[in-house]
Amino acid sequence: MSTHHTDSHHDTGHHLHGGPKVYGVVLAALLTLTIITVVASKIDFGSASANVIIALIIATIKATIVALWFMHLKYDKPVNGMIFASTLFFLALFFAYPYIDTNSRTDVKPSNWKGPAYMPDSGSAVRGIGANFPVAPAPPPPGAKPAEPAAKH
Amino acid sequence: MSSHAITADHEAHGHGHHDPNLQHHFAEMGQQFECSKIGMWLFLATEVLLFGGLFVGYGLMQGQHPEAFKSAHHHLDWRMGALNTIVLLISSFTMVMAVWSAQTNNQKALIRNLILTIGCACTFMVVKYFEYSHKYHEGLLPGAFYSYTGPHQNAEFVFFSFYFMMTGLHGIHVTAGIVVLCYLLYRAKQGAYNSSYYTPIDLTGLYWHLVDLIWIYLFPLFYLIS
Repeated sequence: MSTHHTDSHHDTGHHLHGGPKVYGVVLAALLTLTIITVVASKIDFGSASANVIIALIIATIKATIVALWFMHLKYDKPVNGMIFASTLFFLALFFAYPYIDTNSRTDVKPSNWKGPAYMPDSGSAVRGIGANFPVAPAPPPPGAKPAEPAAKH
Repeated sequence: MSSHAITADHEAHGHGHHDPNLQHHFAEMGQQFECSKIGMWLFLATEVLLFGGLFVGYGLMQGQHPEAFKSAHHHLDWRMGALNTIVLLISSFTMVMAVWSAQTNNQKALIRNLILTIGCACTFMVVKYFEYSHKYHEGLLPGAFYSYTGPHQNAEFVFFSFYFMMTGLHGIHVTAGIVVLCYLLYRAKQGAYNSSYYTPIDLTGLYWHLVDLIWIYLFPLFYLIS
């Protein structure tokens, strides 16, 4: 034990929070939520996006628990939480703008794609979204080698 | 370190006794600790945005190729992912216990918890190694390297591009964490940390929890799409 011990908490200006018991409960909660995520992924909630949203909600609950207790934001000075919250705000902006633009984008092709870069024949190149990148290219353009011949089976 | 010289300087000026870890531009230990912490949170903000870019890309591509992503994710073993999630969560617990040990001046528990955290981190990387080598042998690789010959959909290579970029970048962070934790262990064994000075332990803890937090999102997005 150091001689600083008696006034150490005063030194750092820090009152102790948390502790093994609290952290143990937090860990148990996180492990339980992990099991819930896995179980939820096996249940069909109607649509693929419903499952993704449920998985992300559970992940966000877990992330919040980690940030509040393990990262001490619950007990911290507000400034650290504000930095984190503003980061999430800018991340949300980052998400929002590309999503608004999604429908004006055409599809990406494999980097070893040998077909034409632009296929107006598909009739939906302007609308994009998978339209000019058919799952089973039929018929392949003359002289062009489909990226994955196995896909023709 | 120049901290001793600084302390001596302070004492020469009649400021009395200072903690040797207190740098001269801070008034007291609490202020120094809080300032370091703000710096760490700013760094974590850049980390969130770094991964954020990849998450945005993942979201867009998943929206464009939902079927390909769904079929590609069957190549990932969710049990491996769940195991790694549990390992990382436990490592987060041992890390926060290491911080607690330092706060309560328990040197033995500090060293034990740092060793446990490093152990969990290494376990994570070993599991990751087995997953990666399995993908490599099957040709389930990103972009142009994708050479899987079994039945699959055209855009599955996109899924694996994101899988390797995101889990790879995350793995680099875990590896960097292991290096830093080993240094902390080395210093902790020298008795460098105590209840009045544990800033490096606390800041590494924040970093480590963020790495855990990112994995919390990676796990359902890659292993559990249904």
